[in-house]
Order: sequence, then C-alpha cells, then structure tokens
Amino acid sequence: MNYYWNWSIFFDPAPDGSATYLQMILAGAATTCIIAVFSAAIAIAVGVPMGIAARQSGMVGSAARAYVELFRNIPLLAQMFLWYFVLPELLPRDLQILVKQSPDGPLVLGTLSLGFYSAARICEQVRAALNAIRAGQWQAARALGLRPVQTYRYVLLPRAFRLLIPTMTSEFISIVKNSAVILTIGVMELTASARAMQEYSFQIFESFIAATLLYLMINFVIVAIMSAAEVLSGTEADRSATRTHRGGKHG
Amino acid sequence: MVDFDFGVIIRSAGYLFYEGMAFTLFLTFFAGTLGFALGILLAVLRSSSYRPVRWLAATYVNTIRSLPLVLVIFWFFFLVPFVTQWVVGSPRPVAVGAVWSALITFTLFEAAYFCEIIRSGINGIPRGQIEASSALGFRPVQRFLLIILPQAVRNMTPVILTQLIILFQDTSLVYVVSLTDFLGAAGKIGQRDGRLVEMYLFSAAVYFVICYAASILVRRLSERNTISLARVGS
Repeated sequence: MNYYWNWSIFFDPAPDGSATYLQMILAGAATTCIIAVFSAAIAIAVGVPMGIAARQSGMVGSAARAYVELFRNIPLLAQMFLWYFVLPELLPRDLQILVKQSPDGPLVLGTLSLGFYSAARICEQVRAALNAIRAGQWQAARALGLRPVQTYRYVLLPRAFRLLIPTMTSEFISIVKNSAVILTIGVMELTASARAMQEYSFQIFESFIAATLLYLMINFVIVAIMSAAEVLSGTEADRSATRTHRGGKHG
Repeated sequence: MVDFDFGVIIRSAGYLFYEGMAFTLFLTFFAGTLGFALGILLAVLRSSSYRPVRWLAATYVNTIRSLPLVLVIFWFFFLVPFVTQWVVGSPRPVAVGAVWSALITFTLFEAAYFCEIIRSGINGIPRGQIEASSALGFRPVQRFLLIILPQAVRNMTPVILTQLIILFQDTSLVYVVSLTDFLGAAGKIGQRDGRLVEMYLFSAAVYFVICYAASILVRRLSERNTISLARVGS
C-alpha cells in the first residue's frame, strides 16, 4: 500500500470553521455523546414502564408488546426518515415551521427517533429480567401484604435492576453505535465528522482511525461506569446465582 | 395538512421491488451466507491453541462489534481499493465499485457477529459430547465438523435467523455510499415526485410486514426446537 500518512493533519485548520481537524473530530465525538445520553434517558424513561406493562394481560400489555414489535421490525434508518421527513408534515403549521427551520431540528428528531427505537429494546430486556425472577418472590411479597405497586417498587425492580446491569451495558454501547445512523439526516456526529475530514483533507485513514479510537474510548467509559455500578450494587453473587435464568437477548 | 397520493406507490412498484428489494435480498443472502461461513472460521480461530491467532481473531471480532456499522461501511469503502491494489500489485488503488465494497463490508461485519453466536452455541454443548467423540476415536477436525458444529448450529438456529433479520434491516444503511436498496429506491421516487411521506410510510410498512412475519416463524421454530430437545432429554 502506498499511502501518504500525515498525522500532523489533525493540527491543520479545518474548513468548517473549527480551528483544527482535531477540534472538529472532538466536536463530533461530543455530539455523539450528547445524542447517546439523551437517547438513553428517553429509552429508560419509556422502556422500563413498558417492560412492566408488557407482562400484564389486557389492553395495556398488548399495546406495550405491539410497540416493541413495531419498533423492532422497521430498520432504524427507515424510522429516522419517518421522524425527519414524515412527522413534521403531520404537525400543525406553526410547529412544522419551527421544526423545519430550527438548526437543531435534525439533532432533536434524530435523538427522539433513537430514543424510542432503543426503548423497545430496553422494554424487552426489562421484561426478560422480571420474568427471570422466580414467581415465589411475587407471591411472598403479596402474602406479606404488599400491594402490586409496592411489590414492584421494593421487591421485583431492585432485583431486576441488578440482573439488568450487564445487559444494559451492551444496550448503552448499542445506543452509541446506532447514533451514527443520525448522520443520514445531516447531524455532524462522530462518524460524520470523520467522513467530512476525509473529504476535505483526503487523509482517509487518519480520519477513520481517529473515529475508531474515539468510539472505543466511549465504549470503554461506558463499561467502566457500569462495572462501578455493578460493584456498588454489591450483588455479584446474586447475579451469578440467577444467571442461568436470564432470558436470551437479541440484536 | 397533507394530501396523500398512494397512486405513486403502484406506479413505482416495479422499480421498488425489482430493483430495490432485489438488491436488498441479494445483499442479505450473500452477506449472510458468506458471513456465516467466515464466522465459523473465526470461531475456530478464536479457540486456536496458538495465542497470536487467538488474539488476532478476538481483536478483530471485538473491534468490529464495538463500532457503528456506518463507520465500518466507510472504512471498507475506502480500505478495499487499497487492499485490492496491494493484493493484485497494481500501481494505484483499484476501484472495486460500491456493490462489491458493500458485499465485502457486510460479509466481514456479519462474520464477527456470527462468530460470537457460533461460539456461544459451541459453549452450550455438554462436555460429555467432546469426551465421548474423543473416546470413539474421532480426530479433532472430525470431532468439530461432525459432532460439535452441527449441534451448535442447530441449537443456535433461532439466534442465527434473528441475526439474518437484523442484517436484512441493516442493509438499508448502504444509503451512505449511495447504493439503491429498497429504502433508497423509495427515497429516490419520493424525491422525484415530491411524495416522500407516502414512500417512506410504505417502505416502513413493507419492512414491518416482512420482518414481523419472519420473526413469528423464528419464534415458532424455536418453540418446536425446545420441545423436541426437551423430549430427547426426558
């Protein structure tokens, strides 16, 4: 391979207004982190209640299960396009103009899209974790006089939370990975920045190596934080005892 | 509000399915098959007795699995011409075309995921099987190909098929290197006729119907699998 390596390119001024290419790439990484954090927050806020709902019979349960099937069986890119191209058309006139003209429109719509997509995955994980807790726990709590809400609050959810730490680690990494899809609606996240740097500077491999290393670093930070959470919750033994009961995961 | 014109779908159905969906299925089928074969190879390499081989395979699998598919598509889109140049010994990078580049990318990307699926399938096989086949005088290669791999693949069939459904959805990302798959075809027609709303709603509906039907089949299959395995066990 005769490729002209030029690592000092990162200190050259970038044409997009950033001082250097390094700053441009780092700004992309920051955008990726912002997208990931907000998407994860939406995914948890929507996915955890939905995971509880999906175990119920009747309308609520069916609705939660339908939500999961809907969001899991349409490609994320197609969902992103629905949020970006289709949703604004269905909004009232004033809101439509606001969404279309705001420079942050794509970022917000993309984050919402990724959040609601990931919520379906979190829902399935929460449901699997709750199903992995033996029925005796529920029966014992009810026999002790706890109401259903209290049973979830004090017995089932704390146990499910501990079971969920390892799967949540890979879900958060998935959210970071999936956030790259947002570049298709024009958000300058990490992959888009690397692509832009490659187009401006022609230093293909330096750009993509930088992006790769930054993604690996972000993943490393997630793993470190989640491991700390696992140690703090202090239930290694609890998890390994129930590991065999855990449901399969997908994706 | 918008006025819908769903006639645009009927007018463009030929292009959507014969061009767009045909490419989506082409990519899913070939990247799925080749990726599966390569995944088996990677799984073997990951359990090699040579530490450097093991380490290289593990690094490849773990790196690919921690990167966004979009970034990997870009990586190979630019890397493949350089590697081809190096292999063929041509004076400059060889333009291989986006289709080949996409096929290579998805094959290599899926291989990492299939590798882990097959490995967990292998790990799920009781030790007795390995000991029994050794006792019966099978050589290591025979033991792997005739005893371990078939059982691992059968046990993991639902997961493998689910991974194929994910691949089918992921092929839509060829959009970033300007290839026209089903979603891309819908987008092109939508742009041309100013009917993006109808086209994107329709393509999402088609993906949903196909993936939902496929996932129900996989669920049935895995239920049948579990029942027949339980029967064998009792």
